[in-house]
Amino acid sequence: MTAPAIEIRGLRKAYCSQTVLDDVDLTVPTGTVTALLGPNGAGKTTIVHILSTLVRPDAGTLTVAGCDVRRDANGVRAAIGLTGQFSAVDGLLTGEENLLLMARLRHLGDRRGKARVAELLDQFDLVDAARKPLVTYSGGMKRRLDLAMTLVSTPSVIFLDEPTTGLDPRSRRTMWDIVRGLVAEGTTVLLTTQHLDEADQLADRIAVLDRGRIVADGTPEELKRLVPGGHIRLRFTDAAALDTAARLLDGSARDGSARDDAALTLTVPSAGGVGALRDVLGRLASADLEVDDLSIHTPDLDDVFFALTGAQTSSVRADSKGHEQ
Amino acid sequence: MTTVTAPRTTAQGAQPRSHVVADAVTMLRRNLLHMIRYPGLSVFTIVGPVVILLMFVFVFGGTLGAGLPGVDPTAGRAAYLAYVIPGILAITIAGTAGGTATTVSMDMTEGITARFRTMAISRAAVLAGHVLGNTIQALIAVALVLGVGVLIGFRPTATPMDWLGAAGLLTLLAFAITWLAVGMGMQAKSVETASNLPLLLVLLPFLGSGFVPTESMPAGLEWFAEYQPFTPVVETLRGLLLGTPIGWSAVLAVGWCVAITVIGYVWSMVIYERKSVR
Repeated sequence: MTAPAIEIRGLRKAYCSQTVLDDVDLTVPTGTVTALLGPNGAGKTTIVHILSTLVRPDAGTLTVAGCDVRRDANGVRAAIGLTGQFSAVDGLLTGEENLLLMARLRHLGDRRGKARVAELLDQFDLVDAARKPLVTYSGGMKRRLDLAMTLVSTPSVIFLDEPTTGLDPRSRRTMWDIVRGLVAEGTTVLLTTQHLDEADQLADRIAVLDRGRIVADGTPEELKRLVPGGHIRLRFTDAAALDTAARLLDGSARDGSARDDAALTLTVPSAGGVGALRDVLGRLASADLEVDDLSIHTPDLDDVFFALTGAQTSSVRADSKGHEQ
Repeated sequence: MTTVTAPRTTAQGAQPRSHVVADAVTMLRRNLLHMIRYPGLSVFTIVGPVVILLMFVFVFGGTLGAGLPGVDPTAGRAAYLAYVIPGILAITIAGTAGGTATTVSMDMTEGITARFRTMAISRAAVLAGHVLGNTIQALIAVALVLGVGVLIGFRPTATPMDWLGAAGLLTLLAFAITWLAVGMGMQAKSVETASNLPLLLVLLPFLGSGFVPTESMPAGLEWFAEYQPFTPVVETLRGLLLGTPIGWSAVLAVGWCVAITVIGYVWSMVIYERKSVR
């Protein structure tokens, strides 16, 4: 068993009197992906900034790639790569110039640097745009360039701070593929995300962060077991139909059914399978009830939070597409 | 994923100190590329002083020159052109401070600077890139403004050694002002306010011997004008280019430049460190 790539013990950080991180412990084994899952303001970015030497911790022992974050910052910096929420690219240069700048700062040497840049441009599908100024790049292209710049020197530990926030679904998939490729090469990845599905797709382990504390830490399967299944939401045309349906479906739904008389909706717990859905619809059809509208709800961060903290994270719903500062 | 040619970096591969110079050169290349790609700021640093030069020589020059001690009133304009050139050169260098502060401030808010901070690059190298780039820019501006001066009739009497001394002093002044401007740009809370403080630098040569003899000023102002940094620089340049007596001015000029450089350097490094790690 090799030493873990990232080890955090008793990390604390406060800005003025506001506690941001409160006694955080986290271990990321070498060559694995760990996702830090949490809403805005949970402290995800602060953890990443502390590990990447941008922010100083108040207390705790932290090692990254065998180097003490506080005492050997330069050792950490030589081993890591960080791709943040906001593009860390030079907007006045072209994509190729940005990569060459990184190659020079990583002292790859002229020939090897150029070869590496050409390789990355090809790998990240940026060959056509290589010599164009960054103002012409789309959000997805900028994010890909950003990550390519992080990878110029093949760091052994990579931090990805909300790597897919603000990306369209296709760019998001591309990013996921890139992350999987990195892991296949043996890179250790710590990523932050607000989306359970993203953590589920990529991570070996998920740590759930809430108001500066790790409230759960485990494999995606372990975590999902903590979360109740999804539910089906049915809307009816009148109160009578809602009444009948509520009576009809009460048997199948042992608990958790909820009706909203004003909105004429009924929420029925469901594991989300097609069979369960067919069963519910079959019962309604046999009673000749017409469903006005139907929606299927799968477990998301809100559900995880509800299960773990017993509290709804009000910020998540209102602001799930926003950026964390 | 394709194969990777670069070796995996480890803690053992941490960059040694000798990379500071290489990194500073890399940063300098980056800044020069910015200037070539977006010449707007650079052009302004040359046009501004040229306009002031033309205005002072052709609008005010006749009258101001006639008032200079020992000048024939009919040859006022030509005499004033010779008198004002050192001051204009000082203003040219002071004027580049605004551009430096703006670019530094912009850079601090850009994500790329956060990336630099997570890499094993010396802080001094990042700042030195700015300083060297802007010093070069200032010297190009000085050369062009001097060229315009010669075009409209400025005839220096300097020997090659004098020229060398003048070039050296101008480089020293540009270096000092740029370090100060880096500090000014870094302390600014936003890009919009970054060029406010450097504006004062442009006013300073006017309150010295650059445009009129200090003896012609009221007592309090004369005292300030005598002892402010730009006056010995202007007096030394005037002596080198036109053969007027230099005296202690050269020593004072170099001393001021070194002092400003040290202050600017220390100030910039302290702010960079504070803004880097919170």
